[in-house]
Amino acid sequence: MRIKDHPILTFVDKKDITFFFQGQPIVGKEGDMIAFALHSHGIKTISYSQKLNRPRGFFCGIGNCGSCKMRVDGVDNVRTCITPIKENMRVEIQTDKGTIE
Amino acid sequence: MIYKDVIIIGGGPAGLCAAKMLADQDVSVLLVDRDHHLGGQLVKQTHKFFGSEKQYAKNRGFEIANILINDIIDKPNIEIMLGAFVIGLYKDHVMSLVKDDEYYKFKAKAFIIATGASEKSLAFENNDLPGIYGAGAIQTLMNVYGIIPEDEVLMVGSGNIGLIVSYQLLQAGVKVKGIVEAASSIGGYKVHATKLKRLGVPFYMQHTIKRALGKDSLEAVEIVKLTDDFQEIENETKMIEVKALCVAVGLSPLSQLLGMMEVNMKYIKELGGLVPVLNHLNQTSNPNIFACGDVGGIEEASSAMMEGYIAGLGVLKHLECPHPCHDQLIEMYHRELELLRNSNYGEKTKAGLKKLGGPYVE
Repeated sequence: MRIKDHPILTFVDKKDITFFFQGQPIVGKEGDMIAFALHSHGIKTISYSQKLNRPRGFFCGIGNCGSCKMRVDGVDNVRTCITPIKENMRVEIQTDKGTIE
Repeated sequence: MIYKDVIIIGGGPAGLCAAKMLADQDVSVLLVDRDHHLGGQLVKQTHKFFGSEKQYAKNRGFEIANILINDIIDKPNIEIMLGAFVIGLYKDHVMSLVKDDEYYKFKAKAFIIATGASEKSLAFENNDLPGIYGAGAIQTLMNVYGIIPEDEVLMVGSGNIGLIVSYQLLQAGVKVKGIVEAASSIGGYKVHATKLKRLGVPFYMQHTIKRALGKDSLEAVEIVKLTDDFQEIENETKMIEVKALCVAVGLSPLSQLLGMMEVNMKYIKELGGLVPVLNHLNQTSNPNIFACGDVGGIEEASSAMMEGYIAGLGVLKHLECPHPCHDQLIEMYHRELELLRNSNYGEKTKAGLKKLGGPYVE
């Protein structure tokens, strides 16, 4: 799902970064935001609504809407569309409001 | 507490031009952006811009971002904070922000609010399914990170954003299954629409989205034909199998920080929502607070740049260190704005500004 040839833009191949989604290793590229790295592997459902448990993906991609909130390295409600991936980062789907701490 | 003369919130076209005007002047400036890079939404614009040389016309959006960033990046009087999320602006001129889990407090004599806008959504059944994105999100994913949303995409909205993003999808090798538009005529520039039609993209005029279908993510979209007064025609529906839907139905100003300062604001539909009333220096009803770009009404990056320069000049004047060519420059940038708004697509903005009141009304 990564663009190889583009008439205007050049995408240089960046360093692989391995992180964990629900315990499974995922390889993204350096500089990728979490939600986009997951999307590049076809992973679209990254959260569930609190009351009706409806699947959610990212909507705005620039940190406005909050549709992409996940638990990242144990921290709840991280907006994954504006948070870059890091080596060995643990990313998990959150089904509740989350807690501070 | 860290003290600055001027704090600019938002490093998009408006904020960058405001900073450019303050560069090398006798004021200390802090430019903050929540993103990890400057340029705002210009960084994902791959099309060439219209306008005059004052707006770097004929350059692509991301190239304009690079020009503006280079103009301010090494200026000794401008400090830049990225990945910094402003959480509050208070009446004693204190601004608080969070960066890398650290909390910071700043105090400034003047603020320039250049926070831009956020994307609107559309109400229909299952509009929260994964696979339904704002047009800006698709641009970010595709043009900044080089990842395509899906092999095929359906677009809602034939305004300039809908048309341009459709063309960008084709450039990235994605099939555009159609453009759904509620009105009976194309919303954006005809030249873009003609190009898409020539490339075989179907336009579903006078149609809207009835519902989205899918279990875990989007699988199909049902569209419905509309009457001239936008009523759904019950039996005229069509099912389109598609895994990605791009919603390009407009933007609304991100004016919450202005709300915290209780500046005079009005809800103006034509400008996209709640916007501040501004004078000819882009100054709000609070003389220490200036606003420029989409936060003051949805327009294009070209006008945001002109407003950024005006706000920069306004702040210098307000702090009693006016630019040596203040009057000339103010007049010039207002003239540029007028030219931009006198194009066919400035009608809505002009109508909105007239309702809002202030200096832009003849």
